Amino acid sequence: SAFQSVDEELFEELEETLIMADIGVDTSVYMIEELRTRAKEKHITDPAELKIELKNVISEILMGQDSVCHLEDSPSVIMVIGVNGVGKTTSIGKMAHYYQSQGKKVILAAADTFRAAAIDQLQIWAQRAEVEIVKHKEGSDPSAVVFDAIQAAKARGADIVICDTAGRLHNKKNLMEELAKTARVIERETGKPASEVLLVLDASTGQNALIQAKEFANAAHITGVVLTKLDGTAKGGVIIALSREQNIGVKFIGVGEGIDDLQEFDPKEFAKALFPENEE
Amino acid sequence: MAFENLSEKLGAALKKLKGKGVVTEKDIKESMREIKLALLEADVNYKVVKDFIGNVSERAVGADVLESLTPGQQIIKIVNDELAKLMGSDSARIEFAKKPPTIVLMAGLQGAGKTTFCAKLAGFMRKKHNKRPLLVACDIYRPAAVKQLEVVGKQIDIPVFQMGTQVSAVSIATAALEHAKHHGNDFVIIDTAGRLHIDDDLMQELEDIKAAVNPDEILLVIDAMTGQDAVNIAESFNARLEISGVVMTKLDGDTRGGAALSVKAVTGKPIKFAGVGEKLSDIEEFHPDRMASRILGS
Ligand SMILES: Nc1nc2c(ncn2[C@@H]2O[C@H](COP(=O)(O)OP(=O)(O)OP(=O)(O)O)[C@@H](O)[C@H]2O)c(=O)[nH]1
Ligand SMILES: Nc1nc2c(ncn2[C@@H]2O[C@H](COP(=O)(O)OP(=O)(O)OP(=O)(O)O)[C@@H](O)[C@H]2O)c(=O)[nH]1
Ligand SMILES: [K+]
Ligand SMILES: [Mg+2]
Ligand SMILES: [Mg+2]
Repeated sequence: SAFQSVDEELFEELEETLIMADIGVDTSVYMIEELRTRAKEKHITDPAELKIELKNVISEILMGQDSVCHLEDSPSVIMVIGVNGVGKTTSIGKMAHYYQSQGKKVILAAADTFRAAAIDQLQIWAQRAEVEIVKHKEGSDPSAVVFDAIQAAKARGADIVICDTAGRLHNKKNLMEELAKTARVIERETGKPASEVLLVLDASTGQNALIQAKEFANAAHITGVVLTKLDGTAKGGVIIALSREQNIGVKFIGVGEGIDDLQEFDPKEFAKALFPENEE
Repeated sequence: MAFENLSEKLGAALKKLKGKGVVTEKDIKESMREIKLALLEADVNYKVVKDFIGNVSERAVGADVLESLTPGQQIIKIVNDELAKLMGSDSARIEFAKKPPTIVLMAGLQGAGKTTFCAKLAGFMRKKHNKRPLLVACDIYRPAAVKQLEVVGKQIDIPVFQMGTQVSAVSIATAALEHAKHHGNDFVIIDTAGRLHIDDDLMQELEDIKAAVNPDEILLVIDAMTGQDAVNIAESFNARLEISGVVMTKLDGDTRGGAALSVKAVTGKPIKFAGVGEKLSDIEEFHPDRMASRILGS
């Protein structure tokens, strides 16, 4: 019937939108199937209503994950990890400001001792956020920096230690092992694993993000994602696949290069932003 | 020859066709669906994939193919041909200026790998082409960007021209050219701040630098892990700057790198170099054939 064919076209168009948002084939197909089922069950005939239902499907997947940082211990350690250039150091600067503004005492650990001028970059962010930084020389052992930062936090009664780490591709075995070692130092010095291990993902990343999450999870137990660069045109849809397939949720989003450009993650807003505005 | 190994690497998608004496339109449709999925999973842009599949299907269902003795092989060849067309076949090179210095302007999104690549290119040009490069620090925004360029410059003993962060990028680029002329630097590489393609002010800054120094090459640096947005990025930068080529970085990862195909398809501009590691020697001239195999997977 005419109605049916309009629907089919619409389903295809929606699937295209999902794939173009980097959600990936598997999860896109899954969601469209789910949408078909619901459309039948709820007798949805209005395209606008169908889109609202799809947004529901998406936010339900995302809301199934924990999107809050748990920093009850003193000191709580946040370890920030991810591949090269995604926005780790910048996000740490923003987070330092975010927690400092809530009255927490924050110490940054400059444990990217490898990247050219990485320590200087974090130092500038520490100044901007008006928090302390613990740093060693370029080329020194990152675990030793983290060790010192935790000792400093204990001695000075700091609430939160945020550890920067060098960007690394997840297929580099020795670099991933180095990360695991840093995680072990945190556990040894605080008596438990890091309170938060945040994987930073660039919103423009495609399907490789799924492999990144899998491999980084082998080095340290990921507790959440920081999704950066959402101020561009990339939608960051791969985090939906990540939530569905690997049970990892988003905790913060980055929406610019300024110190205030960090937001708590809102699944509903995120789902809405996946679709062009004029379609509302 | 480009793509000579591709038929073996097309994998499951074409396996079924390969041995067949009789191929039906249904067989082709099924194979095209599988190729489509392989390309999408490799992050090739949806629209690029659609066009590609359209072209291949149209050629594949022709009578000369279906009625030939080896229709499976013919179709594989069509896929190879169309991929070759999309990626381009020859490794493209840097155009040297007739009157030195050759000026290269780098551009790209935040964190793509511009600064690192500037140093890699400088080292490469000195080693392979006996150039005397000068690196120019025009990123006045990112914290410690100037320092970063100085550090990598020092690591490979290449001079870095900088004027701090209080002078405009255009002024720095202009002054750097003067400096190069006086110091015998015949290859000038201008590092710029990362920017979003929709950031009008910063895109204007790049246009202004281009107008001021008239570069011989404008290279767009793109992270190989980029997904569907690669076409937006490439289209926008190309529209504003008329780029001369592309650099794909972080190809030492395990990404399929479909962005390469998308970028080539929408800009028509060649990918000239690949970044294959964090070390400053990790630079390669780009090989389109290897990339095509990688995208479809083995
Ligand atoms: N537009 C935008 N840019 C961002 C955002 N977050 C970070 N950036 C930029 O992305 C670039 C890379 O950020 P960094 O913080 O250095 O990334 P990183 O992960 O620490 O990089 P490595 O240490 O080299 O692996 C910088 O130019 C940042 O200003 C964001 O949310 N939006
Ligand atoms: N593995 C790998 N890492 C790379 C490659 N190229 C650059 N990187 C890393 O990617 C990160 C970002 O590189 P940069 O050169 O600072 O990138 P950029 O484009 O100048 O960044 P902004 O100036 O902030 O926009 C750094 O950690 C580099 O070491 C590459 O080919 N492979
Ligand atoms: K990136
Ligand atoms: Mg960093
Ligand atoms: Mg840079």
